[in-house]
Amino acid sequence: MADIRTTIAGLQMVNPVMTASGTFGYGIEFADLVDLSQIGGIIMKGTTLQPREGNDYPRMAETASGMLNCVGLQNKGVDYFCQHIYPQVKDIPSNMIVNVSGSSPDDYAECAARINQLDNIPAIELNISCPNVKQGGMAFGVTTEGASQVVRAVRRAYDKTLIVKLSPNVTNIADIARSVEDAGADAVSLINTLMGMAVDIERRKPRLSINTGGLSGPAVKPVAVRCVWQVAKAVQIPVIGLGGIMTAEDAIEFFMVGASAIEIGTGNFIDPAISVKVAQGISDWLDRHGCKSLQEIVGIIS
Amino acid sequence: MKQCKDLKIVAVEHPNQGYVLLKLTDAEPLPEIRAGQFVEIKVDNSPSTFLRRPISVNFVDEARNELWLLIQIVGEGTRHLARLQAGDSLNVLFPLGNGFTPGAAGERVLLVGGGVGIAPLLQYAKQLRQAGATPYLLLGGRSAGNLLQLDLFRQYGEVYVTTEDGSMGEQGFVTNSSLLNLSPSGESERGSFQRISCCGPKPMMQAVARWAKQHQVRCEVSLENLMACGLGACLCCVEKTVRGNVCVCKEGPVFDIEALTWS
Repeated sequence: MADIRTTIAGLQMVNPVMTASGTFGYGIEFADLVDLSQIGGIIMKGTTLQPREGNDYPRMAETASGMLNCVGLQNKGVDYFCQHIYPQVKDIPSNMIVNVSGSSPDDYAECAARINQLDNIPAIELNISCPNVKQGGMAFGVTTEGASQVVRAVRRAYDKTLIVKLSPNVTNIADIARSVEDAGADAVSLINTLMGMAVDIERRKPRLSINTGGLSGPAVKPVAVRCVWQVAKAVQIPVIGLGGIMTAEDAIEFFMVGASAIEIGTGNFIDPAISVKVAQGISDWLDRHGCKSLQEIVGIIS
Repeated sequence: MKQCKDLKIVAVEHPNQGYVLLKLTDAEPLPEIRAGQFVEIKVDNSPSTFLRRPISVNFVDEARNELWLLIQIVGEGTRHLARLQAGDSLNVLFPLGNGFTPGAAGERVLLVGGGVGIAPLLQYAKQLRQAGATPYLLLGGRSAGNLLQLDLFRQYGEVYVTTEDGSMGEQGFVTNSSLLNLSPSGESERGSFQRISCCGPKPMMQAVARWAKQHQVRCEVSLENLMACGLGACLCCVEKTVRGNVCVCKEGPVFDIEALTWS
């Protein structure tokens, strides 16, 4: 059997498959349905310094091979996370990673500092790419200055593995990746959702409450593969690929263009056990192709 | 405990034009399912149907180990479901959500359903009857063709019907039913209902909620906000409540109207 154990910037994972933030809750919601210990890493719901109510309903619209969402980072804040959610997740035998968002570099840094105190959270994923909040979020992720400013602030406050999640809604994603690498990121993950819009023509209104939302699902996969390919060539730090992965074959595409690990997002809504099935499928694919380890195919397309 | 598995279709019935009733079974005993809970169905081979479809549990036949889903055919996904045949399998994530309030012996409960929203009330009427409660059923539809399974409902309680076109029962909306309005002699059943459970289109449920508030009867409603995961993970299906935005799929779909911010 091919070796698919993976290490990303010090994070040791049973396999290279993680679940994407905002699509897997805190992991506990899926405990009946999938063996959480067989998931490389679980990236939990976006967390901010202060509680957030998120955007109004409707927050979701199904589109061709995908969906739009404008949840808007609804969460109860980092203190609630530390006091009430952390005790429920700290013994889950996977890498439990918190996705951190904010509206200023200080916000991000303060939130990260509090999570730094939690023994069983080995990493954070910094969300500088949420398209659904007015302040911050994607605003930082679309310029090299904004991105490096946030990452520098967090780097000073956080000493464990720091993953930075990048937005595809930019002119040159490789430039942004280089700037967060220079600012101290240990890894990058991409892509976050693509900004999109859909209209209910009978009601003559947008289908989402705030008009626009983030597109995810198989529809975005070719864009994601292209972005990962560009970024993997531009940086030395590990790249985590995501965007529309539904099968092991989808994941293999990301590995070949340079991803060391992958995340599955929207696919969790279709099959709650998809992450474990994809991990098994990756191993099977490697076996069928005579590969002893995943490393043999990572980045073979330059 | 939630499950996600292929269930086998034992029967596909078409109780009326525009509806399909799927009867599903499994080799193992079905898990405990409460009335008012729902399932999320994966619709295969339907390119425009990417997400699962939430469908309420219509009935659980414990003796035959069957789960019934009564589905109104409204779009590509449900059209595809209507073409399924006995012997096919269907991938189902279930049971989801909280369900209706369990009944207590001696309780008189009014169940109000509108359109395909009557579906989960069949299982609920049975559950109430088994608990020793007395369900009364007030079922409304646009027309006689929208009112299904009436014979089954009558096994569990008195059935009152309204149709907007007057083709069956009293003409009008459910709130126009004589059951909710004083008769000329000043008598009505209404005062004696301890609570109301309601499922149907939102305007109908809001009208019933107003009636319940006016008459100080406890009332719960089953919401059907657009949803993706069904598990409380994606936070897409939220409803504004007195406790802030909460997931209909996990904290609901059944809510006491006092918890909602409906006016």
